[in-house]
Order: sequence, then C-alpha cells, then structure tokens
Amino acid sequence: MDRLEDKKLLKIKHLLGIKGMCREDLELILKTSESFKQILDTPNKKVAALKGITVVNMFFENSTRTKISFEMAEKRLSADVVNFAASSSSLKKGETLIDTAKNIEAMKIDMVVMRHSTPGAHKMLMENLDSVIINAGDGAHEHPTQAILDLMTIVEHIPNLKGKRVTMVGDIVHSRVAMSNIHALKLYGAKVQVCGPSTLIPKDIEKMGVDVTYDLNEAIQNSDAMNILRIQLERHVGSSFPSLREYHNYWGITNEKLARAKNDILILHPGPMNRGVEIDDDVADGDHQVILDQVLNGVASRMAVLYLLSANIGGEK
Amino acid sequence: MKKMINNIFLSEPAFKPAAEKLLIKNGTVIDTSAEKQYKADIFIVNGRIEKISENIKAEKGCEIIDAKGLYITSGFFDMHVHLREPGYEQAENLVTGTNAAMTGGITSLAAMANTTPCVDNKFILKDIQSRSKELLVNVHQIPAVTLKREGKVLVEMTELFENGALAFSDDGNGIESSETMTGALTYAKMFGTPILVHPEDHSFSEWVMNESFTSTELGMSYLPNIAESINVTRDIEIARYVDGKVHFQHVSAKESVELIRKAKKEKLKVTCEVTPHHFSLTDEKVRTFSTDYKMNPPLRTQEDLDAIHKGLKDGTIDVIATDHAPHPSEKKNVEFDFAPFGVLGLETMFSAGITYLVRSEKLSLMEFLKKITANPRRILNLDADLLKKGKIAELTIFDIDQKWKVDRRKLKSLSINTCFHGETHYGKVRFTINNGKIFRA
Ligand SMILES: [Zn+2]
Repeated sequence: MDRLEDKKLLKIKHLLGIKGMCREDLELILKTSESFKQILDTPNKKVAALKGITVVNMFFENSTRTKISFEMAEKRLSADVVNFAASSSSLKKGETLIDTAKNIEAMKIDMVVMRHSTPGAHKMLMENLDSVIINAGDGAHEHPTQAILDLMTIVEHIPNLKGKRVTMVGDIVHSRVAMSNIHALKLYGAKVQVCGPSTLIPKDIEKMGVDVTYDLNEAIQNSDAMNILRIQLERHVGSSFPSLREYHNYWGITNEKLARAKNDILILHPGPMNRGVEIDDDVADGDHQVILDQVLNGVASRMAVLYLLSANIGGEK
Repeated sequence: MKKMINNIFLSEPAFKPAAEKLLIKNGTVIDTSAEKQYKADIFIVNGRIEKISENIKAEKGCEIIDAKGLYITSGFFDMHVHLREPGYEQAENLVTGTNAAMTGGITSLAAMANTTPCVDNKFILKDIQSRSKELLVNVHQIPAVTLKREGKVLVEMTELFENGALAFSDDGNGIESSETMTGALTYAKMFGTPILVHPEDHSFSEWVMNESFTSTELGMSYLPNIAESINVTRDIEIARYVDGKVHFQHVSAKESVELIRKAKKEKLKVTCEVTPHHFSLTDEKVRTFSTDYKMNPPLRTQEDLDAIHKGLKDGTIDVIATDHAPHPSEKKNVEFDFAPFGVLGLETMFSAGITYLVRSEKLSLMEFLKKITANPRRILNLDADLLKKGKIAELTIFDIDQKWKVDRRKLKSLSINTCFHGETHYGKVRFTINNGKIFRA
C-alpha cells in the first residue's frame, strides 16, 4: 500500500462513533477495506503501512473476537502492538482511566483502540491524550468498526442499498452494534427496521428514522438483510422476557421461518452466536449466512480504519 | 485553603460582623410574605430591624449601604442542601457550604441527613447545631426518617423535634416500605412537621440518566419518569389516609407535577420543590458525556421542563431548592457510569431563577422570590414575615440586571461540579445579612 500523503484523507480524526460521520468517509473506508481484503488473499498477507507505529489495545471488557480482529489488523499492517486488559470494575477501585491511559501514552504510543463498558469513555480519552483513538465498543452506545464491517459485507452483496430493507433483530436496547449499524445504514439510504420483544426495543427509537416491529415473521418477509444480535444469556431472563425457550420460539431465526423470506436474503451475526437461541444451526451454517465473510471483512476494514486514521498521528485533536 | 479556626471550622468564613448600626438606603423592598413591593430604607441596630420606612436619616456612627437600583428581600431559604459534614469533608464542610450559600444570597438552609454517620439521633443533631451556631447562615439540620436511612426503624422523632428538627428526610433513598411511610407520616403529625420525601422506586435497575430518546441514542442505562411518580402516587395516598404532611423533594417528572396538582385541589397537605437544574436544563446535556450532568433525579426532557414551568406558575410547585450536592473533582472526573450523582446549587440558585424563569417571563419576580423565601419557611413552620421591626435582620440585597459568567474555578464551594459552568447568568447578590453578620460580594 502506498504512503498516505498522496491519498484522500478522512474528515474524522478519531473513530468514536458512526453518528456524525459523513458518507464520503464511510465510502473511503469501504474502498480501502476492499484493497486490504485483496492483500489478505495474497500469500504474504502483510504490508508495511504502519511500520514504526505503536498501537495499544485497551480492553476493559471481555472480548475475544474484536480484540483478535484488531490485533490481526494491526499486525498485518506491521504496527507494534501492545495489549492491555483489565476489568471495568478495576477502574472503579484502582487507578483511573485517565491515569492509566496517560501512563501508557508516556511510553510513546500513537494509537489507542479501546473497549469500555461506559458510553462516552472514549471522548474522555480523546480529551486527555494526544493519540488517535478508535472505539472498539463503549457500553450500549457505539461499536463503529462492527458497523463498518457489517456494511462492507452487505454492500458486497447489495451494491446499492438505497431503499433496501435491513432489519436488526433481538436485543436492541443493550446493543452498541444496533446503534452504530442504524447510523451507518441510514447514511447509505437503507430502510432500517428493528425487530424484537417490546422490552428490548428502546424508547422512541422511531425518532432515529427506523421502523419497529415485534413480529419476526413480518420482518423476515420484508427484509433484504437481517443482522441477528446476540442475546446475552445471563442478562435478560426475568423482567425482559420469560425464557430463552420463548425467545427462540418467537424471535430465533430458523430455516422454517426463513422459508417465507426473499430468495436472496442475507443473514448476518456479529458473533459470538448462541446457537439454538437467536439463531439455529441450520441457519448459522446455511446458504443465506455471510457470518464468516463478516469475520474476514472485520480484519480488512479495521486495517483500513487504522491505516486511514494513522494520517492524524502527531496532528492536532 | 483549609484553615483551622477555633478548632471548629475547616475553612475561613466569608462573612464579617455587621456594624452596630446599619442603614440600607434607596433600595426597593420586596416583602414576599405580604406580597408587597415598595421603596424604603431599612435601619438595623445590633442585628435587628429597628425601622423600615422612607427617607430614614443616618444617625452618627451609622454605616450606610447604598441600595440604589437594588432589591431587598427576606433572606433566601434553600430547603435542600448537602453540606457533607460530618464524613465527606473533602467535598464540602459547614463553612465552605455556608460561604457558598451566602454568596448565593441564602441566609437559611435545610441540610440533609445523608452524612457519615447519618443524622439519626439527638447527639449528632446537637453536634451539627453547635458547630454551625456562629455562622451567618442558619443551618437547619434535618434528621433522617429512619435509622441509617435504611427505611426500617423510625428515628426518635419526638426527641429530635424537641431538639429543633423542623422536618425529617431519608433523602437519597426512597422509603421502600409503605408501612414505614405510613408510620412516619402518622407519627410526625403529632408535631406538625412534614416528611420530606425523595420519591424514587428503587426496584428499577441501576441507571445513570433519564429514559428518553437521548438515552436510546447514547446507549446509557436509564430511569423512567414513573420511578418517581409511582412513589408520588403512593405517598399522596398515604398522606390522604393519615391526613399527614408530605413534601416531595426535587420533583422532575411531568407525571409527578400533575399528581401533586390534583392532590392540592383535593386539599391534601402536599407540597413540593424543584431544583434549578430541573427547570433550566434537559437531558440533551448528557450528550456531552460530562458528569456535571449526572444527578438524581436525572435531567428530564423538554416536556417535563414545560410541565415544571407550568407547575411553578400555577403554584403546584411551592419551592425552589437546590439539592446542592458537592463532590470533589477526583470523584467526578471519571467515566459517566462511575461518577457519583449530584451537582452544586447554592451559588447559582438565584441567578438560574432570574435567568431561566424571570427574564424569560415564566414567573414574575415576586412569584420567583416567594419560592425561595416565604414558601419554604411556611412549609417548615418557621416565621416567614421577617420584614418587621424587632425581627432579626435576615436580608438579601441583589441586582437583577447584573450579568456574570458562571466559572467553576471562582465558586466558594469546596467542589466545582456545577452544571452551569460557562453560562452567562443574570442576577447577582450584593449583600447577605443575618445574625448580625454581613457578606459583601
Ligand atoms: Zn434526593
């Protein structure tokens, strides 16, 4: 990959969320992602684009796949990678986030990728550090790189999203994936719908310009793509819904329900999947799913984000 | 900054002794008790009002305050304050808290009991009373309703009442048990003191902001309006049943305002207060992720704000009180989820009222001033008719046109967590007088 100087640059300086981004930025990231995806197909799989750049992955919440995906992307770009993991609860008791981050920055780093349980934690980081900040998920607020890889995957199959209907299914209220996806899909002109039990649909979400339905069968019939969100097993059984059995019966994606769908419907899942709860085996391994494409696109698009944002290293905030 | 004075005070008081003879000339007196406004001079001798009339001649040796263009009222009363002493003196103490109060024109305040240890017995009550005796500001310490504010066992109310308790409050906690609440309201009837209620149903899951479109977009944990109004409904029913006196603290939800309006029409002994932040700001502010907008109850929506303005205008909301809740910056300068609830209020109560209510014609000056002078005193069974010969001169002198910029670094409070930082406010207190002492801005 060429040096960045003669390339188009992003308008954003950090990636904190999709909200507020412009379509041109997303298009540039997707275009760059496709180039990186081709490189991932070559035997070498690696470029020198971030040689000499140090990236720190700070994960204050458990995450296996997002962390591996970022780490892979960083290494494919030849960056120096440092991993830092701690629980959010340690922040409540011990050293503060700002102190922790400033200490790490003092060791001369360039970019920070952070996962944190609190919405807006990245803004604090941005205000206190000089590094480029990338949000790898902040509470139920945003998970921008997930939305970018989802968008990339959908656009590979549906190049013109204008007027196409994409449905987010499941736990919308606790989902950063849903929020970021809604913002990204709207920028691409898609009709966005959310579907799930009424207790998992957040207040006034229609004001984001999305349709709401509680009826999965209806959603399956009118959708061109569906993004199936993970049900957090430990979190909800109780006042949000009666049982996983009932959830699976009414909102789980099965081949039987998919029989009414459009022939070329796409099924996405950000993972990790609860097979037998929100998605059945035969769908997770079936013809409509693009779940492993998402995983590969995750690495390619994170490479693109890191590469494009590296132009701001040492720049003003 | 912290200084030991007489081994009692942690900081230096901002007031001075007033002159033996003090004459306030050329001002406009607003008597909120009689709802009258007139031009007059006020002559004070040894801390008591000697005379109120036009053109009082200055005696020899008399100090004169020229109040031309200024207003004079009975001192402001803030019936909801957290002074943090004892137990949390890194946030505030009796001196810094009352310094902040007098800067905001407040001459009397009611301090809540959520200290460490909790004010749930006579000894702690008397300790705070004795330690605040020499101050300009009257500190009325409100004891808890239940031991340790746990909502289970009533405090020794009779003894506390005899030792000066004007009311009881478990503020910070909603009283979960309807039976305990019924008991408290019935028992307090014997002395005619109100129970001040923090209306919150704690069975809703942990939250950091209001439930609204904003919480949806921000992905933050949320509290619905009904967590407040459910308790308001219940306590109105209990007040009706036992004919008790209940005062709802920091009302924030439009549903609560409507319920209280109805209860008042039915002549129940129900009153309520609203904070300056709940009549000024909406939860849109949380989009900044600044923890200066994290408070309990949370900032609500524009609809709630409109209902509060209407409730202030028609008298449903009796009182404006700050819920002054200082926290040191190291506690507030953390992620939104981890920060404690609460914002400062004492120094901006008056200016927020002038800026957001009076200047925008939501309330007349008289209507606004009543809610920070006569009304809280009446609810707490105190004398509200202070502008009379022989009464202790408890006065606030202010300018309603003076502009100033709220700057967290310039506040007298020991903490800096104001939600009005950077705003231009109208209305500035110039002199605060009480107990033979004077504060000059
Ligand atoms: Zn309270």
